[in-house]
Amino acid sequence: MKNQEHTKATRYGMAIDLDKCTGCGVCVIACASENNVPVMYDESDKTRNISWMQVYILTNGSQFPHTKVIYIPRPCMQCDNPPCVPVCPATATRKDPNTGIVSQIYARCVGCRYCMAACPYHARDFNWFDPHFPEGTDRYLSPEVSPRTRGVVEKCTFCHHRLMRARTRAYREGRRDLREDEYIPACAQACPAKAITFGDLNNPGHTVSRLIKSPYVFRLLGRLGTEPKVYYISSEDWVRRMADNYLPGEFKGRG
Amino acid sequence: MIEEKNEAEAHMEPDSKRVSRSSKDGWIFFLCGLIGALIVGWIVFPALLYSKKSQPLNFSHASHGPESSAGLECEECHFFHEDGTFSGAPGITKCMECHEDPESPLGEDPEEVKLFTDYLKPGKDIPWLVYSRQPDCVYFPHIAHVKMAQIECRVCHGDFATREILPVYKVNRLTGYSIDIYGRNIAGLKKNTWDRMKMDDCAQCHRQKGKETNNACFVCHK
Ligand code: HEC
Ligand code: HEC
Ligand code: HEC
Ligand code: HEC
Ligand code: HEC
Repeated sequence: MKNQEHTKATRYGMAIDLDKCTGCGVCVIACASENNVPVMYDESDKTRNISWMQVYILTNGSQFPHTKVIYIPRPCMQCDNPPCVPVCPATATRKDPNTGIVSQIYARCVGCRYCMAACPYHARDFNWFDPHFPEGTDRYLSPEVSPRTRGVVEKCTFCHHRLMRARTRAYREGRRDLREDEYIPACAQACPAKAITFGDLNNPGHTVSRLIKSPYVFRLLGRLGTEPKVYYISSEDWVRRMADNYLPGEFKGRG
Repeated sequence: MIEEKNEAEAHMEPDSKRVSRSSKDGWIFFLCGLIGALIVGWIVFPALLYSKKSQPLNFSHASHGPESSAGLECEECHFFHEDGTFSGAPGITKCMECHEDPESPLGEDPEEVKLFTDYLKPGKDIPWLVYSRQPDCVYFPHIAHVKMAQIECRVCHGDFATREILPVYKVNRLTGYSIDIYGRNIAGLKKNTWDRMKMDDCAQCHRQKGKETNNACFVCHK
C-alpha cells in the first residue's frame, strides 16, 4: 500500500476520550439524523442495519467486583492509508489529499462490497434495501447530504458537508481559513460528555493536535499500518491492550 | 446429428453463391442502412431524447435589468444569504415590491396579468424550471465562484442578462436533467464556456484556474 501524500497541511481527525464516554449513544442518533441514515424495517437485524457511528462495549472479562466496562464510539477512521481505497474497482472511494477525509460517492458505487471486506473496522455499511423514512421523519431530511439507494455502500464522512458549509460561510466574510470551532461533525457537537474533540491534527493551535500527544493515546488496530485519524484516549491499560492484537507478554503499558 | 449438418451445408451453398454474385448491390444497401442509422443516431434520437417544457411564466431579464425601466442590479434578485448560500431565483415578495397593483400594470405584456392572477394573488411561489440544475448529489457553491474567484455569471450561464424570452426548457427523458448540463451538441463540441456543464467541464476549469485541489470527489459531491 502506497502512503498517500498530503499536499496541504490540513488533516482532519478526532480524539475520543473513553474515560469521559458514558455510552449514551447520542453520537449515534446525531449522526443518523444529520446524514439521512434510513430506518430499517427491523433495526434489531444488526447484519443489515446501517450505522455510520457505532458504540461498541468492551469489558475486561473479570468477575464482579472487578468488572470494568468501557464504550468505544466508532466512526470511520478516515485512515491515512485507507485499505478500502485501492480495492475499489470503480474509484467510488478516494482519500482527499487536502483534508485527509475518505470520500464515498454513492452514484459511482457499484455495490461490490470489496471495501467492506477490506475495512478492518466494519466502518462501512451496505444498503440491502431502498431507504425508508417513517412518515414524518422524511420532513427532517437534510438537503446537504444525498440519500443513498439500494445496492451501494455508505460510511461516515466526518460530516464533510459541514466543512463545505463552513467554507461557504467563511467566503461570505472574505476569509479562507477556518476557525477550530467552525467545522465539527455532528457526533462531536452532540456529545454531552464532550468526549469527542475534532480538529486539524496538523495545526498546533487545535486542541486535538495536543490531545493526540498524550501517553494514553492509542488507535484501533494501530499496528495494521492503516494510520487511522481517529485517536482514542484511555487511562486504563487493559483497554489499550485490547485495542490491538498483542502477543502474550508483548504489551507494554504506558503512563 | 451428422445428417443434419450435411443438410445445413447443402442449404448454405447456393446462398453464399448468391451473396457473392450481388456484392455490388450489397454496398448500396449497406450505405443506405449506414446513412439511415446515422440519421437516427444523430438527429432523430437526440430529438426524441429530450422533451420540451415551457416555463410557468416568461420572465424577461431585459425589461428588469440595469438598463431597463425597472433598473434592477442582478444582486437585488440574486444575492447571497448571511451564511454564504445563494438565493437562486427570487420569491414573489420581491416581485410584489413593484408589481403591487393588478389595476395598474407596469407594462402591456399579458404575461404580467398572468403573474398577478396565477401567483401574486393566491400567494403562490413561481415554480421556475432551472436550466443549470445539477443532480442532487452535486454541491455547487456560487460564492466560491462569484465572490472568491470573480467569475462572471455569463461564463457559466450564457447571456441571461439581456434575454427577453426565457428559452425552452429541455429535459432528458432518461435522466430527468436539463439539456444545459449535457450540452446541445450531440458530438460534444463546445463553442462557449456555458454550452455544457458536466463533471469534466467543472474539473477542466478548476484545472485551468490552478485549483486542482478542488477536484477531489467530495468537493463537488455530497
Ligand atoms: C427582478 C428580479 C431579477 C433580476 C434583477 C435579475 N434576475 Fe435573473 N432571474 C430572475 C428570476 C425570477 C429567474 C428564474 C427564471 C428561470 O429560472 O429561468 C432568474 C433566472 C436567472 C438565471 C437562470 C438560472 C437558471 O439556470 O435557470 C440567470 C443565469 C440569471 N437569472 C442571471 C441574472 C443576471 C446576470 C442578472 C443581472 C443582469 C439578473 N439575473 C437579474 C429574476 C431576476
Ligand atoms: C423594480 C421593480 C420590479 C420588480 C422588483 C419586478 N418587476 Fe417585473 N416589471 C417591472 C417593470 C417596470 C415592468 C414593465 C417593463 C416594460 O414593459 O418595459 C415589468 C414587467 C414584468 C412582466 C411583463 C413582461 C415584460 O417584460 O414586460 C413580467 C412577467 C414581470 N415583470 C415579472 C416579474 C417577476 C416574476 C418579478 C419577481 C421575480 C418581477 N417582475 C419583479 C418592474 C419590476
Ligand atoms: C462557475 C459557474 C457559475 C457561475 C460563475 C455562476 N453560476 Fe449560477 N449556477 C451554476 C450552477 C452549476 C448552478 C446549478 C446549481 C445547482 O443545481 O445546485 C447554478 C444555478 C443558478 C441559479 C438557479 C439556482 C436555484 O437554485 O434556483 C441562478 C438563479 C443562478 N445560478 C444565477 C447566477 C448568477 C446571477 C450568477 C452571477 C452572479 C451566477 N449564477 C454565476 C453555475 C454558475
Ligand atoms: C469557469 C471556471 C469554473 C467552472 C466552470 C466551475 N468552477 Fe468551481 N471553482 C472555480 C474556481 C476558480 C474555484 C476556486 C475559488 C476560490 O477558492 O478562490 C472553484 C471552487 C469550487 C469549489 C470549492 C469551494 C470551496 O469550498 O473551496 C467547488 C465545490 C466547486 N468549485 C464546484 C464546482 C462545480 C460542481 C462546478 C460545475 C457545475 C464548477 N465548480 C465549475 C472555477 C470554476
Ligand atoms: C469539479 C467538480 C466535481 C468533482 C471533483 C467530481 N465530480 Fe462527479 N459530478 C460533478 C457534476 C457537476 C456532475 C453532474 C453532471 C454530470 O453528470 O456530469 C457529476 C456527476 C457524477 C456522477 C453521476 C451522477 C448522476 O446522478 O448522474 C458520478 C457517478 C460522479 N460524478 C462521480 C464522481 C467521482 C467518483 C469523483 C471523484 C473521482 C467525482 N465525481 C468528482 C462534479 C464533480
